[in-house]
Amino acid sequence: MSFPKIILALMLILCCGDIARSNAADSVGVAPVVCAPGEANINAGELNIFKSASPPAHEIKELAWLVIGICAAIFVVVEGILVWSIIRFRKRARDVGEPVQVFGSNPVELAWTVVPTIIVFVLALATVRTIREVQLTEPPEGALQVDVIGHQWWWEYRLPTLDGSGTIITANELVVPVGRPVWLTLRSADVIHSWWVPQLNGKTDVIPNHVNHLWFAAERPGIFLGQCAEYCGTQHANMLLRVTAVEPAEFDAWCAAQELPPVNDPAVAAGKQQFLDLACMNCHAINGVSDGSFGPNLTHLMSRTTIGSGVAPLNPQTLRSWVDDPQNLKMGCNMPSLKLEPEQLDAIVAYLLTLK
Amino acid sequence: MTSVNHPSSAADEVRRSFGARVHSWVVSVDHKRLGMMYVAFGLFFFVIGGIEAAMMRAQLAQAAGKFIDPTTFNQLFTMHGTTMVFLVGMPILLGTANYLIPLMIGARDMAFPRLNAFGLWLFVFGAALLYYSYIGAQGLYGTSAAPDVGWFAYAPLTSKTFSPGNSTDYWILGIMVSGFGSITTAINLVVTILVMRCPGMSLMRMPLMCWMMLVTGILVIIAIPVLTGAQAMLLLDRFLGAHFFDTQNGGSAVLWQHLFWFFGHPEVYILVLPAFGFLNEIIPVFCRKIIFGYSLMVAATVAIGFISLSVWAHHMFAIGMSPELNAFFSATTFLIAVPTGIKIFTWMGTMVGGRIHFATPMLFATGFIAMFTFGGLTGVMLAVVPLDWQLSDSYFVVAHFHYVLFGGTVFGIFAAIFYWFPKATGRMLCETKGKWFFWLLFTGFNLTFLPMHISGILGMPRRIYSYQPDRGLEIWNLLSSVGVIFQVVAVALFLWTVIDGLRRGKIAGNNPWNAWTLEWSTTSPPPEWNFDQIPIVGSARPLWDVANPHDPDSRHEEHI
Amino acid sequence: MSVVASEQPIWRPSRGKAGMICVIAVESCIFLTFVVAYLFYIGKSATGPQPKDVIELPLVLVNTVALLSSSVTVVLSVKALERENFGAFCRWLALTIVLGLWFVGGTGWEWKGLMQDDGLYIGTNLFGTTFYSLVGLHLLHVVVGLTMLSIVLILGAFGLVRKRHAHSFDMLSWYWHFVDAVWIVVFTTVYVIGR
Repeated sequence: MSFPKIILALMLILCCGDIARSNAADSVGVAPVVCAPGEANINAGELNIFKSASPPAHEIKELAWLVIGICAAIFVVVEGILVWSIIRFRKRARDVGEPVQVFGSNPVELAWTVVPTIIVFVLALATVRTIREVQLTEPPEGALQVDVIGHQWWWEYRLPTLDGSGTIITANELVVPVGRPVWLTLRSADVIHSWWVPQLNGKTDVIPNHVNHLWFAAERPGIFLGQCAEYCGTQHANMLLRVTAVEPAEFDAWCAAQELPPVNDPAVAAGKQQFLDLACMNCHAINGVSDGSFGPNLTHLMSRTTIGSGVAPLNPQTLRSWVDDPQNLKMGCNMPSLKLEPEQLDAIVAYLLTLK
Repeated sequence: MTSVNHPSSAADEVRRSFGARVHSWVVSVDHKRLGMMYVAFGLFFFVIGGIEAAMMRAQLAQAAGKFIDPTTFNQLFTMHGTTMVFLVGMPILLGTANYLIPLMIGARDMAFPRLNAFGLWLFVFGAALLYYSYIGAQGLYGTSAAPDVGWFAYAPLTSKTFSPGNSTDYWILGIMVSGFGSITTAINLVVTILVMRCPGMSLMRMPLMCWMMLVTGILVIIAIPVLTGAQAMLLLDRFLGAHFFDTQNGGSAVLWQHLFWFFGHPEVYILVLPAFGFLNEIIPVFCRKIIFGYSLMVAATVAIGFISLSVWAHHMFAIGMSPELNAFFSATTFLIAVPTGIKIFTWMGTMVGGRIHFATPMLFATGFIAMFTFGGLTGVMLAVVPLDWQLSDSYFVVAHFHYVLFGGTVFGIFAAIFYWFPKATGRMLCETKGKWFFWLLFTGFNLTFLPMHISGILGMPRRIYSYQPDRGLEIWNLLSSVGVIFQVVAVALFLWTVIDGLRRGKIAGNNPWNAWTLEWSTTSPPPEWNFDQIPIVGSARPLWDVANPHDPDSRHEEHI
Repeated sequence: MSVVASEQPIWRPSRGKAGMICVIAVESCIFLTFVVAYLFYIGKSATGPQPKDVIELPLVLVNTVALLSSSVTVVLSVKALERENFGAFCRWLALTIVLGLWFVGGTGWEWKGLMQDDGLYIGTNLFGTTFYSLVGLHLLHVVVGLTMLSIVLILGAFGLVRKRHAHSFDMLSWYWHFVDAVWIVVFTTVYVIGR
């Protein structure tokens, strides 16, 4: 009995050593900050693949029912025969000698080769049909074309401006019009990610040096949640997706707001100067102010509802915590703490809070 | 034909010191000892891999759990998967084959005994190298340098840019070295089966286990070198500045996936065919009936071997292959379901009309059929490409492969251990403990993995150290974690059963199960030279022919 | 415990032959992996030296002739050993090794030219990566083969190789033929298709 105990002890020592070392490295927030008491969890929602809200997701759901039906029927028959055999052919005390030896049966063996072949053939036909409906090779007519760029551990979105002449650049939260197809072009800046919002469509991987596409058309207003679905490193778990579908008029208003230059409030000029003097500007772009591209564009930061690609709701407290030390909220993310003095921190946060 | 090491009396055996006995095992080239060492090492890593899993389930028992930090969790799932595939599955399956094949074909040893030993120690060294990563060096954020790139190590996460430090190198080298061990063992198995069968044993008179290992060996010979090649390319990228998978310089991440899965899919058949082999031996014996349709089983096995080389990209349906390629790989995956189904039906056909005795091996074999069928059906669901677009990389896939690899392969392994332990050691394992072990493991396994189907359908991706609350995931994850408790208790009971069996098990005799293949014709345990006289056989069940001279199998050979 | 013996003889290759066939299968799969990568990346190098600019066919052809001839000489050596003509065995084996060394030297000379004159290294571009790894993998196998052949030659020089070793030596020659066959594939891939 001591052998397993030794193993357990060894493993615990090794892993506790691991955990102890990593805990020592100030990992206060290894889990996402949920919410203030009384506030609804901003990431609450249904990611059920059966609660489809977009044509490709509907197609997949219909096919899923067919496939589940067939497989369930096979399951019931096969496991049923298994259970029956277990009961019916159990050895009884009165059994003497060996049972009749049956070497095989051509008709039976033929049947259980042919019937499964027919079943999988049917499934293959259904599969090919749905592939054609879901996997489009060019954008549907009238689609909103959005460029998605996956980064370690956040999403960049680039949409056309209303007049089509320019680009809106935002991060992590995509706003789309209801009823209009959206054609995503998926690229990665670093490693492989995967864009998965179950209610809108299946997932498609976001691969560096390999362009992919995905489409959907939200059928009703609402918030559709998802997350990165290909392991991409330390904070893969917190690379969340948030797609907000709004009526077309509201979408146009949103675009117009995004196209505005950043708010330039003189009251927070000190903070803006800190933003430029410290390293912030090297990674973060604010249109007309700075040019960095390693981190998200902050021009309209406060139009978003979460921070850190969904790891926490966005409010003054979480923003301050993030800028102070992002590792508190999202341990392992690529933004370092600049170890700011409290006055610098207050100034910068005050500035950022004006970027609606 | 006595060997120098074989003691001439019991008194001599006792007098040999502990050191001398250990030494004789370490330098042994006897396939039986090597086989047992393979299994022992494999079971050791099964416990370690299980601990890694238990820690993950402790973290995931609650939403936003704080038990384990992200880096450690990422190492745990990488090491758990790598351990279970390469350090548990491969050695235990190749090891039991090592033990059984010469006995089953009436040979005295494998074709290349020294190569056999070399393979075992390569495996041990590779495993040590991989696990040294836990203590060997500093990794990120104060954790160890254990690999954290997932067991399939997708590029370019594994490049020097995104995995600085040596974690990935430990993954590459540990597996490359144990991989060489697997290759040498596979060559040994293939050559032994083809060349060293006893007189009268044509290919169609071999035990089906031998057919499974022949096809498995050939799959290893074809698939593992491809992984070795890909890993060599990754090493060149990481150390000599090559650009095979360096996407920032024109390399392709997709190439890694194609190469890895060209190995990876046959690998899972390598992990399951030997377990099929165990069932092919166990089910007839405990149903007291010959396997139903030997020839079709052989044909199905060979078909599975071939087709398994053509399905690999079904692991890649989400990467944006053309609709035509998606359809092709979907079709081949559906196709492979047919011979696999034939096997399930054949076992059931063997049970029908039999007189089933539910000793522990048969319990595990029946459990295998039930669980593997379920896992196979979820596999068919995943072959439906659009459904895979929703479910791939989610917990649905985790559930699927655990049903086939745990409910399948691992259950098969335990069936084999309970079945052949008496032959290898001369003692029976306690039936009561065996039955408790089975039911605890069965319960724990289903409690853990059945809810994962739902977690996947509810949108929970794989490989996340923490999941969002209020998405309906809490209850299913909690159930999964509770199942671990049953499994831990079960495995602890198993280890005690084995130790107790070694010390006080009932003496088994040559053929405690009244089985029919050649290994049961010799003593338990067999002498070092296996058989006093090389047997000559006239059918696939030589011992049946001896026990039933009025109705030997040789009379029915045209029906097989 | 014998029963009825089987009537038909069963095909039984020797252990060595079956084993060497398996080794050749394993090695073929490793090479195929690198060949696939080579073919995949043909024409994809955006910068740096391109194949048609730097490949010098005449030098490679001479090396190829040397290597392929060594397959002939090794067969002659095997046959000599089977006839117990130990002098001829050693001479043909020595010639085999010399031809193999010519190949190694010639390839080294080719690489020197590529690196010094053309600036092509393994990290230069995709062509460099796939070229050096594929040709290098083959070169490694040539060196391993030459090492084994040399060991046999040394043993043969001391008179320790006898007719009973002819089958094992034949299997070693199969490995050598395999190395040559792989060279034909590599040559076709790199210097014919890839150019």
